[in-house]
Amino acid sequence: MIEVEGLTKDYGARRAVDHITFDARSGEVLGFLGPNGAGKTTTMRILTGYMPPTAGVAKVAGFDVVDQSIEVRRRVGYLPETVPLYTDMTVFDYLKFMADLRHLSNAEDRVDDVLEIVHLENRAGGYIGNLSKGMRQRVGLAQALLHQPEVLILDEPTIGLDPAQIIEVRSLIRDIGRERTVLLSTHILSEAQQLCDRVLIINKGHIVAEDSPERLQARLAGAQRIALRVQGDTDGLGALLNAVPGVLSVADQRDGSVELEVQPGRDLRADVARTVVSAGIDLLELRPVGLSLEDIFMQLTREEPEPPSVAEDADDGELLSAVEDADEFVSGEGQSPEENED
Amino acid sequence: MRNIWTIASREYKQFFISPVAYAVAFLFLVVLGWIFFSNMLTAITYAAYQSYAPTVQIVISPMVTLFLFFLPAITMGALAQEQRMGTMELLLTAPVKDWELVVGKWLGCFMFVLTLLAVTWVFPIALNAMVEPGIDQGLLLSGYLGLVLMVGAMLAIGVAVSALFSNQLVAFAVNLGIMMIIWFVQAVSTTGSATGGLGDKILTYLNFVDHYVDFYQGLIGVTNIVYYLSVTALALFLGTMFVETRRWR
Repeated sequence: MIEVEGLTKDYGARRAVDHITFDARSGEVLGFLGPNGAGKTTTMRILTGYMPPTAGVAKVAGFDVVDQSIEVRRRVGYLPETVPLYTDMTVFDYLKFMADLRHLSNAEDRVDDVLEIVHLENRAGGYIGNLSKGMRQRVGLAQALLHQPEVLILDEPTIGLDPAQIIEVRSLIRDIGRERTVLLSTHILSEAQQLCDRVLIINKGHIVAEDSPERLQARLAGAQRIALRVQGDTDGLGALLNAVPGVLSVADQRDGSVELEVQPGRDLRADVARTVVSAGIDLLELRPVGLSLEDIFMQLTREEPEPPSVAEDADDGELLSAVEDADEFVSGEGQSPEENED
Repeated sequence: MRNIWTIASREYKQFFISPVAYAVAFLFLVVLGWIFFSNMLTAITYAAYQSYAPTVQIVISPMVTLFLFFLPAITMGALAQEQRMGTMELLLTAPVKDWELVVGKWLGCFMFVLTLLAVTWVFPIALNAMVEPGIDQGLLLSGYLGLVLMVGAMLAIGVAVSALFSNQLVAFAVNLGIMMIIWFVQAVSTTGSATGGLGDKILTYLNFVDHYVDFYQGLIGVTNIVYYLSVTALALFLGTMFVETRRWR
């Protein structure tokens, strides 16, 4: 459904997307994961026909995003990062306007349908300006669903929603993703883990990893850990456990708890438990500690070579400076490039 | 066509929600009404000394000048506002061609000003009731036809300028500047010699108001109609280009 090859986009001298290649099949939810400013929004904007790429080819449903832009736009539902809404229109009028632009024959019925899907049927007559952020987000989502698109592109769809709504929207995305193609970007890693069949981790315009969330986790985990908690003293326990075949090292040892680094791919829990118990120590808890997607994400996005100025404060400064980068291509926000020429 | 109409009718309806449009329409009509009133007062005062009957020109002439300042306010938000609110992203990812968007925006503004023009008919009607034996209807029709054509061209320029900016006020100022230039380009050309060279002829041809004078005097000339229609078409074409170049940035 989506085929992207060698896609590149430059903003002046800055390269936002650098030769990325990927595809998405029908009935697949593909997650775009990356820090702010990584190129997620730019890629999505190219796929929706909003802007042409500097180089490379992108096809949606077999149509080229540059040469057959209108055909692509007919088949894509798009929820941009800053939900674009006419605040002085009512929810119904806004959706009706969008439905008319898409030439839907049963426009009013479709509007009612999507309002039901996003649970806003009782706000249809209200002005968008009076809606909460979460509700606006849902109006934006309703707009993307109006024409039952073959491809749904969602830029951070759950941002600003309350927990109950997040669960609802996620289940909605999962439902849609069964038959259609969904490309969503997020920096909520658990969301990617829950929703996506496949995840692309993108950083500084490059794809740094691509796989299912589970496989990514398994592949990148490197070493696994086992955490255990025991009653009383742990003196001597470390040395004891170190002797168990497969245990690489004792990573952490505090009062009552020990964390072991073990060889990946081997389940040593039984061995470890036996060792502890046979030493006469009461075992209270034993659990494997997997490397979370968060850890993998941090690992991958940090391995990238960075300019020295950023590298200095990579730990906490990176995300902050990345946030500023991202704002540059969010239209409608304070310092967007569109406003600079004013 | 359908997309143009969808965009135009939304734009038109938006004018009746937006306070700016109401303020513009209100000011326009109040100023026009005041000028009309003072003109009538003068006519009545001097009626004893001379047989002076005001024509419809006392309505049309101030309108031409008022439009110079008011029309940029009508179009300033057309595309600049979409850009600022981020809804441009919505329109540019909807299956709508760029020229349909620009023409739709222009048509919406045009319909609003036509509504305003329709309201100004109360002045000729009132005038018609007050003067004997009624006003010259040829002058009325050609005057309004000229206004419609001129307004169409001015709005097209306004929409094109609006496509360049995301700040309404900047769009307004730049538009007003452009209008001033094509309005007064005559001053440059006529201070030379009346039988000037090609350059003077071009400048004279370019003058925006010159082409209105014939309409104002009751003449409907093809050259003038062609002039306003070409300015409209050219401006809408440029507006489309501006929207398209936005995508590349």
